Amino acid sequence: MNEILQGYNFAYLDEQTKRMLRRALLKAVAIPGHQIPFGSREMPLPYGWGTGGIQVTAAVLGPNDVLKVIDQGADDTTNAVSIRRFFAKTAGVATTTDTATATIIQTRHRIPEFPLSENQILVYQVPQPEPLSKLEPSRGETRRMHALAEYGSMHVRLYEDITRFGHVAISYDYPVMVGGRYLMAPSPIPAFDNPKLHMMPALQLFGAGREKRIYAIPPYTNVRSLDFDDHPFCAGRAPHPCGLCGSETSYLDEVVVDNKGGRLFVCSDTDYCETRRAAGHVGADA
Amino acid sequence: MIADDSLIAARNLSLHFGSIPALVDVSVDLWPGEVLAVVGESGSGKTTLLNVLSGRMRPDEGVVWYRDPAGSLADVHTMPAPALRALHRSDWGFVQQDPRAALRMAVTAGGNVGERLMAQGARHYGNIRAEAIDWLRQVEIDENRVDDLPRNFSGGMLQRLQIARTLVTHPRLVFMDEPTGGLDVSVQARLLDLIRSLVARLNLAAVLVTHDLSVARLLAHRIVVMQRGVAVETGLTDQVLDDPQHPYTQLLVSSVLQA
Ligand SMILES: Nc1ncnc2c1ncn2[C@@H]1O[C@H](COP(=O)(O)OP(=O)(O)O)[C@@H](O)[C@H]1O
Ligand SMILES: [Mg+2]
Ligand SMILES: [Zn+2]
Repeated sequence: MNEILQGYNFAYLDEQTKRMLRRALLKAVAIPGHQIPFGSREMPLPYGWGTGGIQVTAAVLGPNDVLKVIDQGADDTTNAVSIRRFFAKTAGVATTTDTATATIIQTRHRIPEFPLSENQILVYQVPQPEPLSKLEPSRGETRRMHALAEYGSMHVRLYEDITRFGHVAISYDYPVMVGGRYLMAPSPIPAFDNPKLHMMPALQLFGAGREKRIYAIPPYTNVRSLDFDDHPFCAGRAPHPCGLCGSETSYLDEVVVDNKGGRLFVCSDTDYCETRRAAGHVGADA
Repeated sequence: MIADDSLIAARNLSLHFGSIPALVDVSVDLWPGEVLAVVGESGSGKTTLLNVLSGRMRPDEGVVWYRDPAGSLADVHTMPAPALRALHRSDWGFVQQDPRAALRMAVTAGGNVGERLMAQGARHYGNIRAEAIDWLRQVEIDENRVDDLPRNFSGGMLQRLQIARTLVTHPRLVFMDEPTGGLDVSVQARLLDLIRSLVARLNLAAVLVTHDLSVARLLAHRIVVMQRGVAVETGLTDQVLDDPQHPYTQLLVSSVLQA
């Protein structure tokens, strides 16, 4: 265990706040996909840096947990590093970049490529928890729409996309139905990741700090991406193998490699890519 | 007493806005397939009556019964909110005077017509679109406009689009509030013809609010005349307009004749 920073409670938040968060989390797990309001606290990070996710992580973290933090799939961005360091200091927990070793994974914008297990919790940072916010600005009205499961207007949005573009043009934060009941925003993960939400063995928790909402997908829950019978959901992926590890199934980032406009497609999940390379997989550009 | 086959039976409705009596002890019945016009001058309580009959507004006193397709009566104002909203999505339709307020102006004509189908669970894009095209045809909008935004539609087309959007789920009962108000006379005439033929062909029941007696004459089987919240006269359209009994109705009819 690392040395814990003096003068702070375990994982920064006081016990009363954590109890409040856990109550909200329990409700969220009991009603899959339903948004639960909570009393979001000031955190020593600005909104947009994952204050919702951090509060959820703080509420579920125990001294024996092993924490992994990813941002767009990478463990080494400023945001991921500072959140990891924050919990190493305030909770003294072990941290890792290895997906399989982690017991809690806090993420922004991705789901790891390696399948998660029942022993893991995936915590999402959520900027906008309300999937209907673009269609209906009134909070009261969206609450009513959820209460009555009136989601026809969301299908109007899909209808319009198919009419205009021939396909649904939502590439991030693609809306899903959770447990056949609640419409949910999966946070800005690529639509490519949506199938992983379905029947995932790990517990999935979602925290929106600015909007003060928590929601959850319990293990092995049915999660369906909205679609039409004759235009089934399809998860897009760039038609290339990873230049470094050769994976033909992972989600790719396009990176500029030199100042002559050279480009490379590589796994967005850095741990996945490194693990594959360590196991001997080699891409064309490695 | 409520007849066995009435679709709507409203009894002793009263509603005040402060000291303004918008409805005073109003009772009306509506039969399946019947068009009932609510007439009277501006401020007489027509829109309020429509809103109370359709459950959008709660009366201070009185009750509105609705008979569902299975034949059982439900009190519109005590049924659970989900049940009322479901009625508005399926069995009932609403056509308001300003189509811009009812339509989604940033959504194509096809999307506007298809919305109620999708709200009812339709999940086949091709079928929804085909049905939208069929309804555009029925309200005399060129099917080539199915992918256009209503932004560029004329006032008459917008109102016809609103009607298509409302009728696509085959409601049994449509509430209409001055559906031809604000339109040019020639456009009005065409729209009235369309409404008349649709109502007859689809065997729709309708409550039609209008301040225009000629609209009532053309479309309605029966008329209820409102004055300061009171239903002063009710009867078959021709009887009421040709032989008005109440002094206020006589005044209304004679002012039309003079105009
Ligand atoms: N929401 C409201 N608040 C206060 N007064 C209202 C409201 N709605 C209607 N009224 C008043 O009630 C009376 C009846 O209005 P309304 O039903 O709109 O008449 P009509 O449709 O026949 O023109 C009018 O005096 C109107 O000013
Ligand atoms: Mg009115
Ligand atoms: Zn790779």
